[in-house]
Amino acid sequence: MMGWLPVALLAVPLLGALLLLISPALLRPVLRGYGLAFSGVTLALAVVLAATFDYAQAARPQLTVDQPWIPGLGLRFHLGVDGISLPLVVLTALLTFLCFAYLSWGDARAPGQLLTPATGRPRALVFTLLVLEVGMIGTFLALDLLLFFVFFEVVLIPMYFLIAIWGGKGRRGASIKFILYTLLGSVVMLLGLLLIWAQTGTLDIVALSQAHGAGMSRGVQVLAFAAVGIGLAVKTPMWPLHTWLPDAHTEAPTVGSVLLAGVLLKMGTYGFARIAIPILPEGAVVIAPWLGALAVVGIVYGSLACLAQRDLKRMIAYSSVGHMGFVLLGFATLTTVGINGALFANVAHGLITGLLFFLAGAIKERYGTADMPSLGGGMLAILPHLGAVLTFAAIASLGIPGLAGFWGEMLALLGAFQPAAALPRGLFLVFMAIGGLGAVLTAAYFLVMLSRVTHGRPARPALSLAATHPAPAVAVAGPEETGSGAAESQPEELGAGAAESQPEEFGAAEPWPEEGRRPAEVIETEPSAPKAEAMRDIRGYELVAWVPLIVLILLFGLWPKLLLSLTTPAVQTLLGALS
Amino acid sequence: MTTFPLLAVLLPFAAAFAGLLLSRRPRLRTPGPPETRGAAVRSRAVWFAVTPTAASAVLAIWLAWGPGFAFIEGASPGEPVGRTYGTIVTGGIPISLTLQADDLSAILGVLVTLVALAVQIYSVGYLHDDPRYPSYSAFISLFTSAMLLVVYAGDLLVLYVGWEIMGVCSYFLIGHWWEDRANSRAAVKAFLVTRLGDVGFLFGIFVLGVSAGSFRIDDVLGKVPEMSTGTLVAATMLLLAGVAGKSAQVPLHTWLPDAMAGPTPISALIHAATMVAAGIFIVARLFPAFLAARPTLDVLAVIAALGMLGAALAALAQDDLKRVLAYSTVSQLAYMAGGLAAGSDSAAIFHLLTHGAFKALLFLCAGAVIHHIGSNLMSQMGGLRRTLPITFVTMTVGFAALMGIPPASGFFSKDALLLTMERALTGGRLTDAAALLLYGCALATVAVTGAYATRAWLRTFFGEARVVALPEPQPGTAHVVDVREAPRTMLVPIVLLAIPALLLAFAGGLHLDLGVAALSVVLALLGGGVVYAFWRSDPVADPSRLLGPFLVPCERAFHVDSLYAAVFVRPTLALARLVVRTDDRVVDGAVRGSGRTAQGLSGMLRLVQNGNVQLYVTGLLAGVLLIVVGAVVFT
Repeated sequence: MMGWLPVALLAVPLLGALLLLISPALLRPVLRGYGLAFSGVTLALAVVLAATFDYAQAARPQLTVDQPWIPGLGLRFHLGVDGISLPLVVLTALLTFLCFAYLSWGDARAPGQLLTPATGRPRALVFTLLVLEVGMIGTFLALDLLLFFVFFEVVLIPMYFLIAIWGGKGRRGASIKFILYTLLGSVVMLLGLLLIWAQTGTLDIVALSQAHGAGMSRGVQVLAFAAVGIGLAVKTPMWPLHTWLPDAHTEAPTVGSVLLAGVLLKMGTYGFARIAIPILPEGAVVIAPWLGALAVVGIVYGSLACLAQRDLKRMIAYSSVGHMGFVLLGFATLTTVGINGALFANVAHGLITGLLFFLAGAIKERYGTADMPSLGGGMLAILPHLGAVLTFAAIASLGIPGLAGFWGEMLALLGAFQPAAALPRGLFLVFMAIGGLGAVLTAAYFLVMLSRVTHGRPARPALSLAATHPAPAVAVAGPEETGSGAAESQPEELGAGAAESQPEEFGAAEPWPEEGRRPAEVIETEPSAPKAEAMRDIRGYELVAWVPLIVLILLFGLWPKLLLSLTTPAVQTLLGALS
Repeated sequence: MTTFPLLAVLLPFAAAFAGLLLSRRPRLRTPGPPETRGAAVRSRAVWFAVTPTAASAVLAIWLAWGPGFAFIEGASPGEPVGRTYGTIVTGGIPISLTLQADDLSAILGVLVTLVALAVQIYSVGYLHDDPRYPSYSAFISLFTSAMLLVVYAGDLLVLYVGWEIMGVCSYFLIGHWWEDRANSRAAVKAFLVTRLGDVGFLFGIFVLGVSAGSFRIDDVLGKVPEMSTGTLVAATMLLLAGVAGKSAQVPLHTWLPDAMAGPTPISALIHAATMVAAGIFIVARLFPAFLAARPTLDVLAVIAALGMLGAALAALAQDDLKRVLAYSTVSQLAYMAGGLAAGSDSAAIFHLLTHGAFKALLFLCAGAVIHHIGSNLMSQMGGLRRTLPITFVTMTVGFAALMGIPPASGFFSKDALLLTMERALTGGRLTDAAALLLYGCALATVAVTGAYATRAWLRTFFGEARVVALPEPQPGTAHVVDVREAPRTMLVPIVLLAIPALLLAFAGGLHLDLGVAALSVVLALLGGGVVYAFWRSDPVADPSRLLGPFLVPCERAFHVDSLYAAVFVRPTLALARLVVRTDDRVVDGAVRGSGRTAQGLSGMLRLVQNGNVQLYVTGLLAGVLLIVVGAVVFT
């Protein structure tokens, strides 16, 4: 009866995008509010969806639409939500809305504001983001294998353009790497999905999940799980298939990073919960130890990579590798607890890392660089509010109880302590121990980052000084440190210095040779913005975008029952034969 | 009354949020210079800080009124007061949100809230000019809330939540003066070392909870008799990692002396009286499980024996007054751990209470001294008994309690601990070697404690006043003021804390073993007497020269820090750099390599597409020929 809701969730952003194509001239004056309005309606629909959802029956798909689409292929337009997809749909709608709020709330001249004709192509940006939203929400709603794949692929193209057009200096290489890598993964996944179709003759996820692998031999299941798993693992990303991520994150604009970390990575892990584990349970049992092993390697590897990182955005990107390791470890346990933990960590990571990328973007806009040594410390003195929110986000990300990051990690480890009966327990105990060590390393790199960036005496003058005497402020900042103040006065020297120093210690951290010349880009992006303008503390539009995330991080941290009671019945159903 | 534990936890929790968010908001409209506005912000923050803590203290006292000192006196346990506020489904073992006060929780709740209240009031004076006072007091409130959650939790995972939040509050407060990188480093170190232990602690909770089928403490303790010894040893050993981390025991003790970088009231509250005692508390809470795991008790005894003596020797060689007290805390906590290993949780908790009172008192007095001098170093103090008479008297009480001089409270609690350790020699659960080591080290530590307490007392309050040019106040030290004694907000808590430090033992009922008591007093006086003799011979020189060639190792705390840096920290950082290099050259190198290979192959194919029509036609004909031949051959 409420089946129109999922359709409307897809139709509204799609309509918004199409209208932009039809009448560009008419919409140009209202462009700033346009995306906000459409994503706002989508968010409202998502909230209605959450309100009409029958929480007593979270295990089964609700509000379903099931129409034949391409009868010849047996492809059906089958949408619906259950306890697993509902939080992700709402998260997607929320993050997209917040991105639009971030873009259109503030005054147009603020740094990083892309919705101005001067700095970007506003119409194209709104169009791209709306199409992206269609693909993301569709992925979480789809209940048909091919439909899922279609939406999964739809997402890639707008994200490619987002990085390639509005990205940073090395955007070209990063965007090509992103799209080729993920497309390659998708092809492998498609083969796996087709194998399932060939063996069972249906593409319906609901029917396949209820069959729990009936009709497929063990060998086929293992093969299909491996193929689908590789496709999903590229997107997640799982070690060692992660190297597209740091580049994509570093080069993407702020909203791109936020959506990439907040939603796109979740599509990979969601696929494990929606397709791989319920449809191919026997394959899952065979592959799970490998999945777990790669997951814990990813946790430790990601944390260590963060520890030696110079660039803030790159560090947060690598932290995603570590956090997604916890998610994959949870899935690998094949227990209700573990998968619950994985799904919780999924949502928590979307909120926290989304916030972290917003913050990294804000820092990069203000300082002109995200290179931690160049930031020079003392942010709590210069920008106290920004520093405080950064501290909050870092503490949340390292998994302090009371904030959202904790419960997912804890439950994933608890799942590994007692994995499914079919799995080798000793091996998973080792995974748990390594995962625990990874949690310590996670704390280490976040605290070291906070220490480097927020603590210490500021290398640049305090905020009040900069606000009253902008000109001498630059003069003071120049000789002291290699901040952007210095970059303005002596670009060649600094660029050369950075390029020289890199091969010695951290050269490996920067795969693209152009990166060494980042200071030159600083001059391009903020040509003559006065320092006082650039170094203002948190601004209104930022607050609008961040406060909902902060509130939700606190809410889920203090009241984890909200999410867990939603996912538990659904997870119990999907595990079916295994549990 | 069943909601009192919840209220006691929630009040400071709400106060923390109010202090952080509302102290400066809504913006005060008072016109005038920024100083008066700052004062208005401060006074609001003071209200947010002190009132809820005071209310929590009232609730905690109310909860403790019934049981009183029943736990220490060994009375049969009463019915816990509290209730369960629902459960969190996890898909496996649920988490039950239980908050309750039994005999043990009730008295500890009083200790926590009263010391927190004293510290909150004291901080009003101590951080008078600090612009970040609102966030500082808010973190103290959050800490109080977390500690009360640990104390009142009826479920192990709920307890773990409080346990970790305490850690992060400790991190924030140690790093309160973050302008100085050293403070920031100390905060990071404290958090990471305790976090390392906490991971073990969490796994220990998993072992206990999964084998009991429940995370509720009552259920777990009820299932202890049914668990196998292997399970119990594994669980308690893992828990011990968390205990060692939080209570600064060997080998995870190195963070506590560095944690003295925080403001002195924080050292009094978190790093002396309450948080560091949480490790002892958790062992007492799960004591049946520990008693059933004898190897764990042996390990605990050895850790305690090494820790108490080593830390006491290190305390004897420090010049920084706060570091003396920090090592003294490590040593005293090891006493409690030794008491637990020897089989008496009531003696350990008794010493925890008296130590909480007298160590908080000592730190607050040290704060007053530092406030006056503007330096932490004892080489710059001396002769302060005339200028700071009240501080002198109260600190003397504190040192007497620390040394175990009758009738101070520390004398009775230390006597109870020594008695337990002595009994463990003859018939306890410990192996003979461990019991002997423990008792021997405990007696030696009594003497060394007497020595370092006397040294600190003499060098601070006696001798000639040193004339030192006052440096510009650095972050990390208090501001220098011109008053003769500290302001009243600082003195009142000191005087009030001196009362329990002196008399607490009389409230808890006296049990005295004359032989052990006489021995310990003689040893303490012996240690003090030797130091006094050295001091009399040359009041200006440091009596720690009596350590001779051991002075430098003791001062460096036996070089454990350098060892850890060489064995753990630097290899980890090297590994991190290696990972970054590998990620670029190998993992990503493979990706880029495959891209280049594909490009190279396509480059070879491109050679064919050269636009030469003759070549194309040749290729076409060759293809047709091949197909025809193939068709003829294969059909």
